[in-house]
Amino acid sequence: MADSTSVPATARSVALRLEGVRRAFGGLVVIEHLDLQIEAGEFLAVLGPSGCGKSTLLRMIAGLAPPDEGRMIAEPERPQAAFVFQDAHLLPWRTALNNAALPLELMGASREERHAKARAALDQVGLADAESRYPAQLSGGMRMRVSLARALVTEPRLLLMDEPFAALDEITRFHLEVQLRDLWHRRGMTVIFVTHSISEAAFLANRAVVLTRRKGHIKLDRRFDLPAIRRNELRSDPRLGREMGMLMDAMEEE
Amino acid sequence: MKKILPPLIPFVAVTVLVEALVRGGFVPSYLVPAPSAVLRALMDNRAELATAMGKTSAAAFLGFALSTLAGIGTAIALSSSRAIQRSLYPYAVFFQTVPIIAIAPLLVIWFGYGMQTVIACAFIVSIFPVIANTLTGLLSTDPALRDLFRLYGASPGVTLVKLRFPAALPQILTGLRVASGLAVIGAVVGEFIGGEGLGSVVDVARTQQRVDKVFAAVLLASVLGLALFGLINLISALTLRHWHASEQA
Repeated sequence: MADSTSVPATARSVALRLEGVRRAFGGLVVIEHLDLQIEAGEFLAVLGPSGCGKSTLLRMIAGLAPPDEGRMIAEPERPQAAFVFQDAHLLPWRTALNNAALPLELMGASREERHAKARAALDQVGLADAESRYPAQLSGGMRMRVSLARALVTEPRLLLMDEPFAALDEITRFHLEVQLRDLWHRRGMTVIFVTHSISEAAFLANRAVVLTRRKGHIKLDRRFDLPAIRRNELRSDPRLGREMGMLMDAMEEE
Repeated sequence: MKKILPPLIPFVAVTVLVEALVRGGFVPSYLVPAPSAVLRALMDNRAELATAMGKTSAAAFLGFALSTLAGIGTAIALSSSRAIQRSLYPYAVFFQTVPIIAIAPLLVIWFGYGMQTVIACAFIVSIFPVIANTLTGLLSTDPALRDLFRLYGASPGVTLVKLRFPAALPQILTGLRVASGLAVIGAVVGEFIGGEGLGSVVDVARTQQRVDKVFAAVLLASVLGLALFGLINLISALTLRHWHASEQA
């Protein structure tokens, strides 16, 4: 089994470097002097207490909230990014297929192309049979999988996820975590995954950073020594327990 | 039947009660006519009332259509910028507060006696709920979805058509439901002052002490309001049935 340090970097992933980044809202400094380097094809988890700037960091990387100071350098420049939110945030008046096809529609793809790619993306997340259903007819887990399909449909180089499984029950979450890890391994995209959950971060990521409560400094930067292919059996593996312990110590001090 | 029966029961009960009270001499017929007398007035004056209803329907519908188009257009313009909203919204509120009966004579001076004045009355009375509800809907778009559209480079026009407008549709339809009834009221008031239709029938019948005919015309005006309301409900059912809780109960 391959070691986690050998991330599946391909031509479809993106490397990021943040240098001296600062972001404030009014007088409140959320992130200050943040330096962070993310390798191409890396699966990075970002942990920290509520209000520490995790989501702000993700929005800055997505280009939705530019930093007040500092620089963000992406290689290649202006990568195709996709964002998965805490809730599914689907368009309720569209079917699962048309929700998954939305990014391609906004980018000007033809109907045939976007429907073919959206069907493939829904198939990847196990929702091939649900393409004509509306969000109101789907369970919470299914809605989140449509949201994931919508993110994957553009074959993004950079996938940004903001606590996407926080609202789901544990069994659904375990299932989706395995599925996400497999997708990442097959596609080799760079993933930045914000979460409150120590177990989720350790199970999914190759590397985790823990942010401090104030000003979003990096308190811990940890690369995990865990297998590349991850199944639910790993959840009871002592190696995962050790990594979780490291993260918990850093979080508890906050 | 489940939808028709509940409102039908109180209607039949009140009709029977009023008929009994008038026939028994408890209520004088020059104040409240017996329902049978109203029905007779409807039949005896059917040609006149049908013509009047046609005119009122046309004016109310055109006034309502204008307020729908202008109201939604105004709300889109107001929602495009806080500065525009702050400077123009107070004038939109003006339409809500203007006493239509007081300015109707002015409208006769501006537009002359006839259909145009009646349409203008229906328009003025019914536009504000369309503006207010559409604006609320357009300003309530989910910020995460706005971010998503930005992330994929959607222009403001595309965001309006594919996100903000459909998301605002339930509120817009609520505004149209309120406006549909107000448009009929506006048209009838307009006809009191400067046009022909159910409003002028009520006015003339009043001066002739024909309370039964007044009631017949008022009944037809209510039917017209209900028909417009039903049309909006039908549009609402067709557009929202798959996704909005209001149409899934």
